Amino acid sequence: MSPAAAPIPGAVTKERKRSYWHDVFKRFSRHKLAMAGLAVIALELVLVLALHLDPYSMNTDSGFGAPPSAAHPLGTDEVGRDVFARIVYGGRTSLFVGLVSALVSLAIGVPLGLLAGYYKGVPGVMVMRLADIFMSVPSMILVLVLVSMIGPSIQSVTIVIGVMGWPQFARQLYGSVLAVREKDYVQAAVAIGEKSWRIILKYILPNAFAPVIITFTFSIASAILQESSLSFLGMGVQLPQASWGNIMYAAQSITVLSQRPWLWVPPGLALLITVLSINFFGDGLRDALDPKTKL
Amino acid sequence: MSGDILLQVKGLKKYYPAGSSLFGRNQRYVKAVDGVDLAIRRGQTVGLVGESGCGKSTLGKSVLRLIEPTQGSVEFEGQDVLRLPPKKMRELRKRMQIVFQDPYSALNPRMTVFETVRSPLDAFGIGDRQTREKKVMDVIEYVGLSRQQMHRYPHEFSGGQRQRMIIARALVLEPSFIVCDEPVSALDVSIRSQVLNLMQDIQRERGLTYLFISHDLSVVKHVSDQVAVMYLGRIVEQASRTQIFSNPQHPYTQALMSAIPIPDAGHRRQHTTLEGDVPSPLDPPQGCHFHTRCPQAVPRCAAQAPCLRETEPGHWTACHLCSGTPQKEGQA
Repeated sequence: MSPAAAPIPGAVTKERKRSYWHDVFKRFSRHKLAMAGLAVIALELVLVLALHLDPYSMNTDSGFGAPPSAAHPLGTDEVGRDVFARIVYGGRTSLFVGLVSALVSLAIGVPLGLLAGYYKGVPGVMVMRLADIFMSVPSMILVLVLVSMIGPSIQSVTIVIGVMGWPQFARQLYGSVLAVREKDYVQAAVAIGEKSWRIILKYILPNAFAPVIITFTFSIASAILQESSLSFLGMGVQLPQASWGNIMYAAQSITVLSQRPWLWVPPGLALLITVLSINFFGDGLRDALDPKTKL
Repeated sequence: MSGDILLQVKGLKKYYPAGSSLFGRNQRYVKAVDGVDLAIRRGQTVGLVGESGCGKSTLGKSVLRLIEPTQGSVEFEGQDVLRLPPKKMRELRKRMQIVFQDPYSALNPRMTVFETVRSPLDAFGIGDRQTREKKVMDVIEYVGLSRQQMHRYPHEFSGGQRQRMIIARALVLEPSFIVCDEPVSALDVSIRSQVLNLMQDIQRERGLTYLFISHDLSVVKHVSDQVAVMYLGRIVEQASRTQIFSNPQHPYTQALMSAIPIPDAGHRRQHTTLEGDVPSPLDPPQGCHFHTRCPQAVPRCAAQAPCLRETEPGHWTACHLCSGTPQKEGQA
């Protein structure tokens, strides 16, 4: 029945149906840095969630601001608390704030950016000008005002940082949606009778999403840092509750910086390693989601 | 002349706004399609030729409303396509399809062959899962792809195979009319004839009607029953393939024809070489759009736009210099 019955040369004769997610996993597992990033994040999560230490117990045996020892692997701080335990508990806060606020930004920014890019015209202008307004207001001051209205706590800080972060996502996606919607395959989707929502979800979103993954990882990192700044200004996570930011900010005096590095180097390293791991993970994920990347 | 008229285009225009002065006065337009009349008979192939930028693709996509035309009417099986509400229009898309020029951008890179070809059936909810799958597999094999490659992604295929996928996607809804927008110009010469023959076989077996857009006269000569020549948004000549290739009447068509290479070393012929470039469609010449490059232009050509008239039976030419009885109404 076929007018072109001749088989295509070089055709592979046996090929089973491959699942997309199976391929994604395979591609991801080939990405060494991303796997290392994932391992570090997993390790941190386990440490942070599973360890139960008592950072508040005053330990006069070791003294205040004692250097690292067998009993206190990272020493103690000015009031005699174990620094390692503080970092573990601080990580709980920092990772929570980072992840959840980035998710909040994503959840607001992605739908808005998609719709703005797809419908252009009036909705596009409205969303993008709103994003401009959000981005032109000094966000730290607005966050301060909002947090002082709601009252400082981990939850309020997270939500406010998340809500303020949406324009990054909306603008990023808006740009790539504008590019993707002009592709022939979107026109082809109209021609074969696809409905608008399917065109947006099946044709435009998957092809425009890659840069959003990168924005997401950066957004986690910047949320962790923003939370640190807020803590410093007294509007973030309140002492004695720990976060990596407020541990570091507590170590600002020249004496501490020059003579007691165990008070600020470990939380700084923890922050650095976490942010790096998240970025590597994001890189790997972006490549793994693209079917064009070689298996 | 066989069969009834399937598609009738009347006075179709597509103007793109192209900037204006500060207060919106003097809005200028790019007249991509500037008043086109065209009729396509059922089962026939109309070849649409012209230089790049003359509005061929815009015309083809306007007919399917992939581009919203500015003015005019398109009648398909008795329905005015341009005035259909969105729901009816979507319904009509089962009957009219398109094959794109660039097989590298016309396929969603995140969908496998199988998903791509099944998507029209999913969109219209045709049949249950099994019938859909069977239909998809049939049509994939019909266009010469193998069943084993079904779950691969477009980037794993060559240009010719991708074009087969695009054809399969267009065919799966069993349309009666397909706009072929330069379907072979992005392909290697060696693959071209395979794809062209496939398209002709499909037409013969399924009684399809094609609007075949191309800038390649040899391809048009190979596939068309009727040929329409387009210049700067207007159709300047339309006739059957034999008429237009044996007796081109419009000076532009004559110039095009003389540019076809003839594979005969001893052959000597007179070239009509066109001077200059195609004028900008933002500011097309007054009168006949072609008079600035026409070797035979007379003063009248700059003043008055010629309309299509029948210069011999079934042969329509838009030129003041071609004798004939004015019958078809004007375009300008």
